[in-house]
Amino acid sequence: MIDPNKVQLTDDGRLKHFLSTEGLSRELLTEILDTADSFISTQERAVKTVPLLRGKTVVNLFFENSTRTRSTFELAAKRLSADILNLDIARSATSKGETLMDTLWNLEAMYSDMFVVRHSDSGAAHFIAEHVTPNVAIINAGDGRHAHPTQAMLDMLTIRRHKESIEGKVVAIVGDILHSRVARCQIHALRTLGAAEVRVIGPGTLLPADIDSLGAVPYYDMKSGLADCDVVIMLRLQKERMQNALLPSEGEFFKLYGLTEEKLTYAKPDAIVMHPGPINRGVEIESAVADGSHSVILNQVSYGIAVRMAVMAMAMSGQQTLANSEEPAR
Amino acid sequence: MRYLHIANARVLDPATQTDSVTDVFVADGRIIALGHRPSAGEIETEIDASGQWLLPGLIDLGGHLPEPGYSQKGSITSETEAAARGGFTHICSLPDTKPVADTSAVVKLILEKAARAGFSRVLPLGAMTQGLAGEQLASMFTLAEAGAVAMSNARQPIRNSYVLRRLMEYAATYDIPLFLCANDLSLSDGGCMHEGPVATRMGLPGIPATAETIALAQILLLVEQTGVRAHISQISCRRSISMLQQARENGLRVTADTPLANLLYTHDAVTGYNSLFNVAPPLRSERDREALLAAVQAGELAISSNHRPHEIAAKKAPFSDAESGMSQYDAFLPNAMSLVQRGELTAEQLIRALTAVPASVLNLEHGLREGADFNAVLFDPESEHTLTATDIASGGRNHPLLNQSIQGKVTHVFLEGRRIH
Repeated sequence: MIDPNKVQLTDDGRLKHFLSTEGLSRELLTEILDTADSFISTQERAVKTVPLLRGKTVVNLFFENSTRTRSTFELAAKRLSADILNLDIARSATSKGETLMDTLWNLEAMYSDMFVVRHSDSGAAHFIAEHVTPNVAIINAGDGRHAHPTQAMLDMLTIRRHKESIEGKVVAIVGDILHSRVARCQIHALRTLGAAEVRVIGPGTLLPADIDSLGAVPYYDMKSGLADCDVVIMLRLQKERMQNALLPSEGEFFKLYGLTEEKLTYAKPDAIVMHPGPINRGVEIESAVADGSHSVILNQVSYGIAVRMAVMAMAMSGQQTLANSEEPAR
Repeated sequence: MRYLHIANARVLDPATQTDSVTDVFVADGRIIALGHRPSAGEIETEIDASGQWLLPGLIDLGGHLPEPGYSQKGSITSETEAAARGGFTHICSLPDTKPVADTSAVVKLILEKAARAGFSRVLPLGAMTQGLAGEQLASMFTLAEAGAVAMSNARQPIRNSYVLRRLMEYAATYDIPLFLCANDLSLSDGGCMHEGPVATRMGLPGIPATAETIALAQILLLVEQTGVRAHISQISCRRSISMLQQARENGLRVTADTPLANLLYTHDAVTGYNSLFNVAPPLRSERDREALLAAVQAGELAISSNHRPHEIAAKKAPFSDAESGMSQYDAFLPNAMSLVQRGELTAEQLIRALTAVPASVLNLEHGLREGADFNAVLFDPESEHTLTATDIASGGRNHPLLNQSIQGKVTHVFLEGRRIH
């Protein structure tokens, strides 16, 4: 069996790509959070840039559209003083015959130092990391249903900043777990960082097979699922789930799983409410909760930039160590 | 009469329950004597096969030939040469070529090209439905006349139960056997690996076991109703094995095979997104694999190659975008023998599943008997070497053992006495 972390870590355990939170050590995840914390303070200054990636070229390689995620990566790269190139390679370009490998070879010819990749296929970021020329760092900005590790880490940072620590906390993730790359990455990170319990709440159609094998406990109703929770993470519900016979209607979903002030009372009184965005008001969360005092949704967005700065800086530094150690052999 | 003398080989043939060091004498393509010199004639060639095994030629109940239609993946010549190197004397070719083998012209083309190539004999499977679309019946009688040994729809399902019923009734009329894959597309579509914990962790869309078992139940009920001679191709699930056993207990004469890959690997192999292991049917759980092995041990299940060669580009893509299938013919027997080395099958059980069981499915006379055609393999179990790209005859580069050390080597293969490898 291939160790998935062989791809994203250097031999001495430093990050060289950031593909998934799965299998990363508690120390490494904590290092990401600490680094991000230090960047938050720089973000409050008048001059927000730091020179860590000066002279480096970062390519935003988005095979799937996402203005929001792309913009935060762009801002993060700029604040690290990198040059940034945005490439929106709509899925149609590759379906016109150019394979992912062709695209890669073309981009390598531009001598870039980092690709931020979003792709609709699970494993696409792994694939690119395995086939890309050495010394180019790959940051996974979401691959299929598999992973979205920067989102998961910004969620960890949010919990840590609002609840002191992740250790011992009970966290519920609600909604469409089946299609969620965010949920999978959150589960791995929460487990590694010592959460007391990770719950997933939703109808059987939206919980993947054997989800307990990831260390998450499935619940089918909000009352028992939210009991004693410190953190409630709501996921976005895509409209197309209704066409796929996974759900009867938005209305029924909201009745059962939509987060209302009433349902929030099942959780601990000081529970925080999170959402990776963009939110569907009235589908998975009602406005009173999204804009209410428990909600930290907007804080998540600002932490997102700091987390992305942290992993970009760490992966680039891992690549540089690799390049330096290879120097004598050349 | 001048004859070939194969001396000192361990003759292992489950069909004749032979397992002993026996001398074999061959003339005019047939075995003329076993264990004793023929009364007349003289030696033309002698092979000292000390330390080697002499087995009946392997018979494959299903491999994909890339010709016609997919020349970038190989040719009938390259794949039959690979099959011969792997120990096969006979291979059934699935009909999913381009054009599909739904006309006698395509069937004849395959037969002619294979005959000209002169390696393993190809036994074409004709298409059951036109274009494998599962709607209109193909001219099955004409295809059988042209040389198709049975009809198949490859992994394309017959979605409509009415069509499945009618094509079974039609085939039964002329005693044409059907090779059916159990695959409910409404449950498998979009999936690229076994549905379970590995798929969940990797975020890959899964194919549940019920995609196979629901289709199998439908097939078995209609086989019972129509009385057609049926063989189930490419079984992958534990539950399918018990369904087949039950069907046989009810008097149904139904046979089945499983691809070698499903005996060698489980879904754990997909960890790390290695697209080599994107295969159809998918690699399933360890429990499934154990049940398939038990069925092979019991002599109920044949082992097929499910050989599907691909060029490098077809596999060099993210897992779900890669084309499914594994190149298996080259080094097939050594690869299969690893099940014996692991202690999961005895040599006798493995060879039976690759010779006697598929021969009975096809009603082929097969076995190392006096007077029988000499279809046989000489295998050196001790030889060790690394399988490099230059050792591979197949046009496919998606071989699971490429650049790995393998134990055992097929040294000679004979088809009707003629050396094809």
